[in-house]
Amino acid sequence: MLSVEFLLNAITLGSLCALLALGLVIVYGILKLVNFAYGELIMITGYTLYLLNSAAPLPWLVMALIGVLVAMFTSYSTELVAFRPVRTKSLTAMLITSFAVSTLLQNAALLLISPRARAVPLPKLFSASVTILGIAIPWRNILTILTSLILLVGLTLLLKKTILGIALRAAADNFQMTRLMGVPANMVISAAFVLSGLMAGIVGLFWVGRTASVTPTIGGAPLLIAFVATVIGGMNSLVGAVVGGYIYGVIFSFLGVMLPQSLLDYREAFMFLVVILILLFRPEGLIRGAGTGERVG
Amino acid sequence: MLRVENLQASYGAILALKGISIEVNEGELVALIGVNGAGKTTLLSTIAGILRPISGKISFRGESLIGKSPEDIVRKGISLVPEGRDIFSSLTVEENLRMGAFVRRDRLEYQRDLEKIFALFPILKQRLNQLGGTLSGGEQQQLAIARALMSHPSLLMLDEPSLGLAPALVDQIFELITTLHQQGTTILLVEQNVDRTLEIADRVYLLQTGKVKFSGTAAEVRHQGEVEKVYLGGIE
Ligand SMILES: Nc1ncnc2c1ncn2[C@@H]1O[C@H](COP(=O)(O)OP(=O)(O)OP(=O)(O)O)[C@@H](O)[C@H]1O
Ligand SMILES: [Mg+2]
Repeated sequence: MLSVEFLLNAITLGSLCALLALGLVIVYGILKLVNFAYGELIMITGYTLYLLNSAAPLPWLVMALIGVLVAMFTSYSTELVAFRPVRTKSLTAMLITSFAVSTLLQNAALLLISPRARAVPLPKLFSASVTILGIAIPWRNILTILTSLILLVGLTLLLKKTILGIALRAAADNFQMTRLMGVPANMVISAAFVLSGLMAGIVGLFWVGRTASVTPTIGGAPLLIAFVATVIGGMNSLVGAVVGGYIYGVIFSFLGVMLPQSLLDYREAFMFLVVILILLFRPEGLIRGAGTGERVG
Repeated sequence: MLRVENLQASYGAILALKGISIEVNEGELVALIGVNGAGKTTLLSTIAGILRPISGKISFRGESLIGKSPEDIVRKGISLVPEGRDIFSSLTVEENLRMGAFVRRDRLEYQRDLEKIFALFPILKQRLNQLGGTLSGGEQQQLAIARALMSHPSLLMLDEPSLGLAPALVDQIFELITTLHQQGTTILLVEQNVDRTLEIADRVYLLQTGKVKFSGTAAEVRHQGEVEKVYLGGIE
């Protein structure tokens, strides 16, 4: 059961979940907002690939880059247009706004493109595999894992070494005090949304790559995964998000090989069972962050 | 340098400042004293831009601060060390200090400032890579003051810096405030430790339920017995 293939699949899924969770928690840490429109950023990346490919097929890497940039820009704009005006109101107002943004983006895709799945271009490498020591390893897995590692290292450097990164962590720790250091509130929040969009965009490339298609509702599942992973890892810690993501990937893969065929459809339900168990013993998640839990007002 | 005129501020329906006027001149150490709930913290918060006043004026070097955000006010040279310190507990001591220097961009100057800070607070040098949250209360207070100094404030506002510290540490904090004052820093100090405060302050405002009850030099306050009247053997 614990074959190399299994481990590789678990780590691949875990890597995606870790990035997903990070993107969600980077905004949550500062605004205490679970951004329900987060999954739609993945949808946007998918449709960008689809539209670019049907208009003027460019090299995949170029289209992918544009797809990620569009996700980052969308994330930034939703903050500017939708969240900023309600930020000083209540947290409920922000939550409802994020629902509204999510629905709006989904319906826009539904009306402007199609309710049905649209094919997205994939690089040839995604369907190829390499044989190492007699084991066939899909390139998609290798790329997912490598990209995640690079992104995690890059993000760590950003958060630890640059003044913007330190300010982002400070803002998650104590927002008001961060402003009293002269850090513009709008700047850190915008930066958080841009980084969140970066995570969603990059995950999006691999996510739509699984089925080679995009639908208006494709964002639902990754949003849920990100949410569950952060709950497991701890909502107030970026490390927790990463840990939670990998744990999610491993447990989900385990359930896939352990559950009998007849129960496989209920994998998500079992997943929630595991989460509930974890929360019974660690209500704050596995990793405790330092955030004050206070909201930005 | 700082001029507050007829300032009113409230929390919802509670009027916490009922028309306060104070003034702080360049190089002065001005103290705000008064019992719990008098409005001292509210006054500092309003000056720092955390709380929007209902009416009244705040000007700093002739420029109005009304409606300015906290981040703008720091850039104008006013730094607040809030009550309860509020250091970044998940950041290292060094990162806390870097945040303090956020409004300053010169790397070289930052290094020089660090050396000055270490001269004032030797303990912080030893704790540089420790998380802020793992420091002792006294160390946290020193870090909070050091962090505020990193922005080179023209006016340093300290809200009960000696709160909850052991007597030896209280001495240390008061010595530090005196040193900063002698070095020319303008300070607006909120303190409950009235006797010690009267020893070091140039001028004092005594607040009571959102109003200035009395103001004058430290000596005047002591001679008029105003402090005793207000505190009624309470804190002191
Ligand atoms: N966040 C708040 N919400 C509602 N009322 C508040 C809030 N903060 C302070 N107050 C009220 O405003 C008044 C002034 O409080 P403030 O904190 O300014 O007093 P203080 O002089 O700093 O007291 P202390 O010596 O206890 O720190 C008090 O009546 C207090 O109850
Ligand atoms: Mg107070």
